[in-house]
Amino acid sequence: MPQRMQLGDAKAAEIKAVSIGKTFGAFRALKDLSLDIGRGEFLTLLGPSGSGKTTFLMILAGFTAPSEGRLMMDGRDITDVPAEDRSYGMVFQGYALFPHLTVEQNIAFPLKVRGRSAADIKRRVGEMVERVGLIGHEKKLPTKLSGGQQQRVALARALAFEPSVLLLDEPFSALDKNLREMMQEEVKRLHQETGTTFVFVTHDQSEALALSSRVAIFNHGELLQVGRPQDVYERPSNRFVAEFLGEINLLPLDALRLDGDRAAGQFEDRTIVLARTKPQIGPKAVAAVRPEHMTIAAAPNNAGHNAIACRVEDATYLGAVTRYHLKTRTGASIAVSMPTVATPPFAHRADVWVSWPIEQGFLLPHQT
Amino acid sequence: MGKSATSRTILLLAPLLLFLGLAYVVPFLGVVRWSVTLPEPGLGQYRAVLTDPLVQSVFIRTLRICLIVTAAVLAMAYAIAYVWVRGTPTQRMLAEFCILVPFWISVLTRAFGWLALLSNRGLINTWLQAAGIISEPLALARNEFGVIVGMTHFLIPFAVFPIASAMRAIDERVLLAARGMGASRSRIFWSVFVPLTYGGLIGAALIVFVFALGFFVTPAILGGGRSVMVAELVYLRIFQSPDWGLGAAISVVLVLFIGILLALMRRFIKPAHLVG
Ligand SMILES: Nc1ncnc2c1ncn2[C@@H]1O[C@H](COP(=O)(O)OP(=O)(O)OP(=O)(O)O)[C@@H](O)[C@H]1O
Ligand SMILES: [Mg+2]
Repeated sequence: MPQRMQLGDAKAAEIKAVSIGKTFGAFRALKDLSLDIGRGEFLTLLGPSGSGKTTFLMILAGFTAPSEGRLMMDGRDITDVPAEDRSYGMVFQGYALFPHLTVEQNIAFPLKVRGRSAADIKRRVGEMVERVGLIGHEKKLPTKLSGGQQQRVALARALAFEPSVLLLDEPFSALDKNLREMMQEEVKRLHQETGTTFVFVTHDQSEALALSSRVAIFNHGELLQVGRPQDVYERPSNRFVAEFLGEINLLPLDALRLDGDRAAGQFEDRTIVLARTKPQIGPKAVAAVRPEHMTIAAAPNNAGHNAIACRVEDATYLGAVTRYHLKTRTGASIAVSMPTVATPPFAHRADVWVSWPIEQGFLLPHQT
Repeated sequence: MGKSATSRTILLLAPLLLFLGLAYVVPFLGVVRWSVTLPEPGLGQYRAVLTDPLVQSVFIRTLRICLIVTAAVLAMAYAIAYVWVRGTPTQRMLAEFCILVPFWISVLTRAFGWLALLSNRGLINTWLQAAGIISEPLALARNEFGVIVGMTHFLIPFAVFPIASAMRAIDERVLLAARGMGASRSRIFWSVFVPLTYGGLIGAALIVFVFALGFFVTPAILGGGRSVMVAELVYLRIFQSPDWGLGAAISVVLVLFIGILLALMRRFIKPAHLVG
């Protein structure tokens, strides 16, 4: 059989989505989505259920045609190239292993399709089996494997032909927590070893932050923000991103004043100073601070910090950290998490001050 | 299952068991008795089944017809099931119609329908002669060919259900995965889709083969007495000759053969695969 040249067969690829839109009937599943996926990067698509992540991944893979927009790979328009000719690696939710083929035969399938020689296939399958830690399971059928092992077969099969892009759709959602963390490590290692471009879909924000070089956050078919994990976590551009990535305190501000790269506003009787993320923001805004950036003390810390008076409502010991639930004078809730070792226990209903460094807080529009 | 649940199951099945016992088991035991007592006590009739050249040729013809029919039915049922499960909505509706309509027409009507098409002065031969393509009528009926056509037609719907149910159980993502790895449509079909329907194919083959073994009406009409199958032979022995013992022995051998087939197949497939 002649070797079929596949688009996806060359090294790591760079993908550019330009104004991609997708409608199902009258429903707009994706809206004007533009995104550059860098060569060899680990990009995570993060968003709640129904936000369009799978739809976008299917468009990348070529299983679904976009209603609008173009898709480019390494400078070439691939919008109309069908999936079988793009030939990216893909790990489906639920793994989609061939139930009638053994572990070995599953991994060999894409190599056979490419007309590789028997010796070549044998060598490559052996390599992949070893790489994903499935030695001794080669002759088993997928149904005889545990969830984690099936996941490994799916990864090995998708990477066996050295695709230039690997697409993964919520690969770990069916695994328990420990196994999931192990597999995350493994995927991270595989990414480093192969240097392939990874596009990974999840709705678990900690998974996204832990794995990716960049995270793309989706909601209602729109791409809200793309950036490195620390950028989107510490400088989200809107309330949805801020709240989706983890718990955050939002304090409504009055009498907002903008001054260079700083902003200031009133919260209760205190002036709160913040770093500005967006140049233009409405008259109403909120101060956003992550719970772990705040500290509790008996007295306000005024040097380069903001401070507000609170009362301790509740403390939850979580091992390494302790979580406090507090109320401000007007009854607004505040959450603070502090390393347990660094904190003297605060009495219930004690009057305390919550402070945070000016550069850790940021301004967000009042509306999402 | 607890003890009370078991007894409740038996109670619920009781009418059926009673019916099967009265309508099949008791008469069959009678047939077994004939086979070892008529015309005289002993196993003489079974010796005859194994040695009589006429009986032998009928058994061989029956097996040959059943194998050909099973193969033809599976091929056609597979195509129909494929359209029914994976076609466009219109195609599906058409396929469903074609599968269900034959169930409303009796086997007798269908056999005579084929006779009207295939016989020497039937539609096909008349047309072909009128068009000048043939001068002598083709022997399409009153032979093995006619029997095979009629039986195949009758049995197709029974094979469609188990095959379609196996096709429906295939996870769409598995097929997508194969496509994503660069597999062509024909490779996906032959190395993924078809193997995933083997269970349904085996079930369908079993149903069709067992049904075909006991066929009576279709071979009697379309074979025109020249292509006698086992069931017709039993009929002839019992109703048109005084040779009840041989007819009974042939019946017993047939039932045993089917029983062995069913037992073998039970090891390979679950009953749930046989129904749609
Ligand atoms: N083939 C389709 N026909 C109609 N609507 C569809 C189709 N595929 C997806 N949708 C709709 O598009 C929206 C986005 O779906 P998508 O599967 O991309 O979401 P998702 O972000 O992957 O969600 P999840 O986390 O639940 O997997 C959903 O509202 C879904 O109902
Ligand atoms: Mg999804």
